Amino acid sequence: MFAELRNLRQNVFTSKFIQVGRRLAQALPSVFGVILISFILTRALPGDPAVYFAGDMADKESIEQVRVALGLDRGWVEQFFIYVGNLANGDWGMSLSTGRPVTEELLDRLPASLELTLLGLGLAVLIAVPLGVLAATRPNSWLDHLCRLLVTAGVSLPTFFTGLFLVYIFYYLLGWSPSPLGRLDILYLSPPPVTGFYSLDSLLAGDQETFWASLAQLVLPAITLALFALAPIARMTRAAMLGALVSDFVRTARANGLSRSVVLSTYAFRNAALPVLTTLGMVFSFLLGANVLVEKVFSWPGIGSFAIEALVASDYAAVQGFVLAMALLFVCVNLAIDVILTLIDPRVGLD
Amino acid sequence: MGRHLKHFRYVMGENSVTVFAFSLFALIVFLAILGPWITPYDPLATNAANTLQPPSLRNFFGTDHLGRDVFSRVIAATRLDLGIAVSAVSISFVIGSALGCSAGFWGGWTDRIVGRFSDTIMAFPLFVLAMGIVAAMGNTVENIIYATAIINLPFYARVARAETSVRRGAGYVDAARLSGSGDVRILASQIFPNILPPMMVQVSLNMGWAILNAAGLSFIGLGVRPPEAEWGIMVAEGANYIVSGEWWLAIFPGAALMLAVFCFNLLGDGLRDLVDPLRRT
Amino acid sequence: MVPAPFLDIKGLSVEFRTRNGVVRAIEDVSLELAKGEVLGIVGESGSGKSVTAYTVIGLLDGAGAPVSGSASYDGIKVSGADETVMRDLRGREISMIFQNPRAALNPIRPVGRQIEDVLLRHGLATRQTARAKAIEMLEKVKIVEPELRYGSYPFELSGGMCQRVMIAIALACDPRLLIADEPTTGLDVTTQAATMDLVRELTQERNMAVVLITHDLGMAAAYCDRIVVMEKGVVVETAPVEELFSNPRHVYTKKLIAASPGPNSTLTDLAPTELLSPKIPISHCSPAKPVTREVMGSKKILEVINLTKEFPRKQSSMPCWPWRKAPRSEKVFRAVDDISFSLMRGTSLGLVGESGCGKSTTSSIIARLMNPTSGDVIFDGENISAYRAETFARRPERKKIQMVFQDPTDSLNPSYTAHDSIAEPLKRLLKMRDRELIREKVAALADRVGLPANLLSRFPHQLSGGQKARVGIARAIAVDPKLLILDEPTSALDVSVQAVVLQLLDRLKKELGMSYIFVSHDLNVVRLLCENVVVMNRGKIVEQGGADEILRQPTEPYTKALIAAIPHFEPQKAIH
Repeated sequence: MFAELRNLRQNVFTSKFIQVGRRLAQALPSVFGVILISFILTRALPGDPAVYFAGDMADKESIEQVRVALGLDRGWVEQFFIYVGNLANGDWGMSLSTGRPVTEELLDRLPASLELTLLGLGLAVLIAVPLGVLAATRPNSWLDHLCRLLVTAGVSLPTFFTGLFLVYIFYYLLGWSPSPLGRLDILYLSPPPVTGFYSLDSLLAGDQETFWASLAQLVLPAITLALFALAPIARMTRAAMLGALVSDFVRTARANGLSRSVVLSTYAFRNAALPVLTTLGMVFSFLLGANVLVEKVFSWPGIGSFAIEALVASDYAAVQGFVLAMALLFVCVNLAIDVILTLIDPRVGLD
Repeated sequence: MGRHLKHFRYVMGENSVTVFAFSLFALIVFLAILGPWITPYDPLATNAANTLQPPSLRNFFGTDHLGRDVFSRVIAATRLDLGIAVSAVSISFVIGSALGCSAGFWGGWTDRIVGRFSDTIMAFPLFVLAMGIVAAMGNTVENIIYATAIINLPFYARVARAETSVRRGAGYVDAARLSGSGDVRILASQIFPNILPPMMVQVSLNMGWAILNAAGLSFIGLGVRPPEAEWGIMVAEGANYIVSGEWWLAIFPGAALMLAVFCFNLLGDGLRDLVDPLRRT
Repeated sequence: MVPAPFLDIKGLSVEFRTRNGVVRAIEDVSLELAKGEVLGIVGESGSGKSVTAYTVIGLLDGAGAPVSGSASYDGIKVSGADETVMRDLRGREISMIFQNPRAALNPIRPVGRQIEDVLLRHGLATRQTARAKAIEMLEKVKIVEPELRYGSYPFELSGGMCQRVMIAIALACDPRLLIADEPTTGLDVTTQAATMDLVRELTQERNMAVVLITHDLGMAAAYCDRIVVMEKGVVVETAPVEELFSNPRHVYTKKLIAASPGPNSTLTDLAPTELLSPKIPISHCSPAKPVTREVMGSKKILEVINLTKEFPRKQSSMPCWPWRKAPRSEKVFRAVDDISFSLMRGTSLGLVGESGCGKSTTSSIIARLMNPTSGDVIFDGENISAYRAETFARRPERKKIQMVFQDPTDSLNPSYTAHDSIAEPLKRLLKMRDRELIREKVAALADRVGLPANLLSRFPHQLSGGQKARVGIARAIAVDPKLLILDEPTSALDVSVQAVVLQLLDRLKKELGMSYIFVSHDLNVVRLLCENVVVMNRGKIVEQGGADEILRQPTEPYTKALIAAIPHFEPQKAIH
């Protein structure tokens, strides 16, 4: 039996490697499922898919060409393979309203949305995690009540409403924030594109004024998103910390006289961090949806507002492209979180 | 029956928050049912002479850009929003729990297929998927309901599966087998009553989320069309005016929306107390 | 001059604030401990023994606080003391070990590092020397290959090894007082003995004072110098070990001692009628009408032939090259390995072994809750293993074999009242429909098992452990089974309740003419009820035969080891 255990120990490294590989492999069915549903949605469209995928400029002949290219005259399975092939080649159809390929439009606008979402998520984590930890370590204090209030109220807030409310207070009433009309006031020119993030790019170009201007535009929408993400993160952090603090192993640590800071950080928080990390994945998914609403309120030129315009214009190729892109992005983020968890939790791989 | 009533009163007495939540819920249901008959003005009646009036004694919530009374519209919208949410949640609860219970109880291929199906839906950011479904199926209120139902399915399936899975190895399940019950009977009469409390919480939380979802979809122009009164649309219409100071068009329906969702979230805990046998004394 | 006691508890009372008001957990508790002495605190659940210990080390739950009296350690007041004072004392002067060792260790931190944490905290090592000292501690607690184990996580270690690690952490800084709160609960009998021996060795070596909290009188007798008996928050008796067992003074002590079965006790010894709780009328304790059914002991009611059960082994995380052919033993796990035995009508057979030996699997197969991989189960002449477990519920044979489960809480549906649970087999197997008839029958059954009728409308969480056990028994005998399988029916109960339930089972057997299969890990309990016994280990039968014989003169080494590991007290043999 001891030899077996020794082998297990030596193989933990290789087994982690295999676990990560397994996680990567497990993501493949998700990708497949996403593409399949996307395919079903494109075929469920009212009207002729070929018209939508051909684009605005198309005449009867080119629509026929597109119809053949999409394989709409063939069987379902063939159509699916053609569809997958097209996706892989970067051919996601043409946008009816702008006349450009959908992929180009999406890639163009992605940095704007990412800048907003990442800032919102970052703000939320910076506030929610310490708040949750403090609420758990000081039960029934004002921090605890604040946390619980935030959580209960936070999950009830409609994102678009908070955005509008903030605009009303901070723009109309107080005049502190600039007009909610996009990423940059018309007075400024966008910085030379490196990452696509106006804030980073302007810093990289050494343009202080543009940096502050872009940040000023970012503040309100980012706070709106952050408020939305605060509640689930704070709730999970508080619950996980509470669970860790009453656990048997924290009791043992205290019974052996370990200092408060060691008990809180090494014993309680590290264990609580695992479910919090998992929650972040779920929160990111909600944020991608909330993004659409926030972009509409603040006229933010990201993929969300692109999708809304496309919806209004019945530009279905663009809408489906948007849905697929979001799903793939989400799958990647989840995969990343899964891999991190696999690496830091020694118990993973026991199932 | 008397036993149930006594327990109901006990739970009410325990927690003032629960009482508040239930009262609010009762108010919302009341407004939804009687809405169209108790509004002071016709929610659809326009009045070009009376546009964009701030809240006053005549129009409690003011009037909108077409002269319609905002207060009446907010009340009338209760029926539509609640109706959408209730329909969507009912559909996903019934189908989701059936799938989840089967997956949790029998495991094996049932579990794998349900899991795959549920995971695939969850692989999409759910609001985005709803957008895609409504775009594909057509821009109607029915499709909003179906889309919301579909994106909520995985939650119920997951909770039902987890709760069933925990209980399927319990001693009383074996005891029920010894007492001559077959699998389906065990699932229905032994296990399901015990998973009802956590499912109830899920239903209530989901109601709140379904309302937010429906409102969000109409905010971006899907589903409900003007001149229908619906909270999301009203906020969308009001959004244009808030930057110029006419806040009442958007704030009142938004606040109503918030209150409804808040009520359902609080309700979740109260419902669980009612149904959970462990809380009975 | 008598030196001041090392640990001095005077008139200590502790209250808890609960949602139902203030609850007094312990009342006016006084006890003393001298340096190097081993004190046992014995009591059943709810006696307050753990609360006392937690007050001494200052780890009471937030809702609890000492309200009067005091506890002092070496002159320092510890009850209600400041947290900074206590934090210095804990680990350095006073240490504690707990039950459920695996849950009590940080699951994502290597065990060696957890020992280091304590060493570093109390300044007994530096970052450079900590690792070596941790490995040294692991060696002291007799963990093999300590350098390797240093980096192990708790989930990689067995329960016994986790407990050793906990002992290593507790003793790392050389405290002078060790509190052990039920340290062997959940461990196998042989592991329990090894763990306690280790504790004794290490504490005697350092002349440490030990407080051993346990519900097991036998263990207290074997390892303690003095014993304090507690009941419902109050100290009932204090005495040196020999005196306590040879001359117990308090009624409760006598009851406890009587209820713990030893190699020479009989069933009636366990709970002499004058000590029975007054709730149960005496008339229920005498046997009812004599059995008129099958002639006892003449025919085989159950025969198990070459029974085997294999489970597929979970794929380990070790990498496995696809072309490597793994031997069958790696792919399947034999829980039950080719066993055969038989049971005569009207008798009881004990199925004994440690956890993992296959006894529960065997009983599940006999009860037809599980299918065997191979082999036969012949019940009353019929081969019932030919019928699949999934469809057995609908067969007429179902009502002839019933089972009483180990955990009374788990085996009752929390949303069914006691009445509903007992009525279930009547409705399904006997197809009774008439509500009045069902109610009458349930009442009669409750009466028979000594369950007061007013408890029938209660839910499981409103019943005590003993009451739930009775509900389970009433349900099992509701359809008049011929064979009753009892899967450790009393192991989750307090010792005094256990005694009463065992007597009930014995009486029922005689009244209803049932045959029993009694599964247990406790040989003494099995001896009380069973004529024959089968000893199992790792899926195989090690020894079988008459219960008395095997217990007095075991032939196989495993059986001998099993019997020797059970701590039971014989005052003359008490070890110091």
